[in-house]
Amino acid sequence: MDLHWLTIHEASRLLQTRQVSSVELTRACLQRIEALEPALKAFVTVTADLALEQAKFADQRIARGDATPLTGIPVQIKDNMCTRGVPTTCSSRMLQNFVPPYNATVVERLFAQGAVMVGKGNMDEFAMGSSTENSAFFPTHNPWDPERVPGGSSGGAAAAVAGGEVAYALGSDTGGSIRQPASLCGIVGLKPTYGLVSRYGLVAFASSLDQIGPLTRDVTDCALVLNAIAGHDPRDSTSIPTTPPDYTRALVPDVKGLRIGVPREFFVQGMEPGVEEAVRQAVGVLEGLGAQVDWNASLSYAPYALAVYYILAPSEASANLARYDGAKYGLSADGPTMWEAMERTKGEGFGPEVKRRIMLGTYALSSGYYDAFYKKAQQVRTLISGEFQQAFERYDAILGPVSPTVAFRLDEKTADPVQMYLNDIFTIPVNIAGIPAMSIPCGFSDGLPVGLHLIARPLGEETLLRIAYAYEQATAWHQRHPQEAI
Amino acid sequence: MPLSREDVLHLASLVRMSLTPQEVERLREQLSNILEQFHILQELDTTGVPPTGHSVPVQNVMREDEVQPSLSQHDVLANAPRRQDAFFRVHVVLEE
Repeated sequence: MDLHWLTIHEASRLLQTRQVSSVELTRACLQRIEALEPALKAFVTVTADLALEQAKFADQRIARGDATPLTGIPVQIKDNMCTRGVPTTCSSRMLQNFVPPYNATVVERLFAQGAVMVGKGNMDEFAMGSSTENSAFFPTHNPWDPERVPGGSSGGAAAAVAGGEVAYALGSDTGGSIRQPASLCGIVGLKPTYGLVSRYGLVAFASSLDQIGPLTRDVTDCALVLNAIAGHDPRDSTSIPTTPPDYTRALVPDVKGLRIGVPREFFVQGMEPGVEEAVRQAVGVLEGLGAQVDWNASLSYAPYALAVYYILAPSEASANLARYDGAKYGLSADGPTMWEAMERTKGEGFGPEVKRRIMLGTYALSSGYYDAFYKKAQQVRTLISGEFQQAFERYDAILGPVSPTVAFRLDEKTADPVQMYLNDIFTIPVNIAGIPAMSIPCGFSDGLPVGLHLIARPLGEETLLRIAYAYEQATAWHQRHPQEAI
Repeated sequence: MPLSREDVLHLASLVRMSLTPQEVERLREQLSNILEQFHILQELDTTGVPPTGHSVPVQNVMREDEVQPSLSQHDVLANAPRRQDAFFRVHVVLEE
């Protein structure tokens, strides 16, 4: 039995019927990580000793009959979520030696369920990027083709799950950073409604856009992880005061009568034909299952979302990253005066993309430009959100592609920042409106995975899971794994 | 409107971030190009449209001002780049 391809729900059944122990499962996972990491490089830190200790406790819990679906199952945590006693670097030189004294809420919730953390996931530095090439340490490789990127910024998470290193991972999504890598690696990725999952302990990039979410190999696993991490947290003042439902109850393969809108603005020039075909076919499958599809829906403000995002996100980032001054933690360069030391700290600590975005944000917020850029972007944000709200009166879900292309080659899009930014044109409107969205595998183009984007109204995760589950059960993409080419 | 070298240096001074001359030139070019992309927003009439800072209807979330457990001094100072006793050691902030 190939333990490393087990989903959470499959592994959980084996654990609870004592056919396998958490220690065995964790050992198999660590062995797989050791074998794949030289080529994949999905982890910044592997926490083998901690994992085995947690696995031991998980086995005791299982023996007591006190297990939950996540008990004893290995997980990777993206390296921008604080883990007490374990380096949390955000894949940046600035935090290379930072060891948090506390756990993020999501980490606490997973640990409370007896999850086993095998390590921290590589990412684009401070979550800024769409390929994981902006990691200050090393790029991660796509398990389907090691010469290609896994997407970003949760590239380590997607590669680890798709490559069979872990059953699931936690990633974060500000402009598409869970969904786009999930799409490029052929797995499931969910960005919850803004405020559904606590951001306490998530290193902030853009506070009004960031959300944590699961990356898994199938939809059932996605619901199980969401159950564990969703829900109000008094330590996050942007957390919605809601009691989430049991998301596994949404796993019903029935979409009869569900109204789906496919906006024409999501099919742009420059999109790969193979991607368009796979996505249209997938929507066709749902239509065949009884969904009502409007193939000519419209989101007229969608083309403006990229500009809105690249004003708002860098502006918020410029404020959030001002804290890295070398005084209390992180890189601290020497200098004759306070200001010079701080300037050197930032000069040495931040990579090129981070510098670019801080500068962009500073410009947009600076006096003389604030109205034309930042305020204008916030006003268009109102228009984008309003249009989605109207759309959700006519549709239960909006569907389209996640990414205009399949996984591209390393270094293919690094010359021009704008080329890289275009990877997120479909995912970005979702963050701007604060609504939930998922990427699920819907086929291949030239041997590389294609993702289907499902978008729902605020707190519409159950609709997403239902549609995703119905599609998944009618197809078999989630059972495909990369060749053992690595 | 393309940025000048002075614009870039001014921004860097606001951020308190040092840049090499090569970085200054590269950023000048790249930022000018990116800013070009934002002109598209001028196409939209946003008269009377309120700005959105935040996408969920939650406001003024507070808690009672009660003392609650916090981090220990040991934990707080554990990552200090320079420390002296129970303090972070930093440069002089205000000169004589």
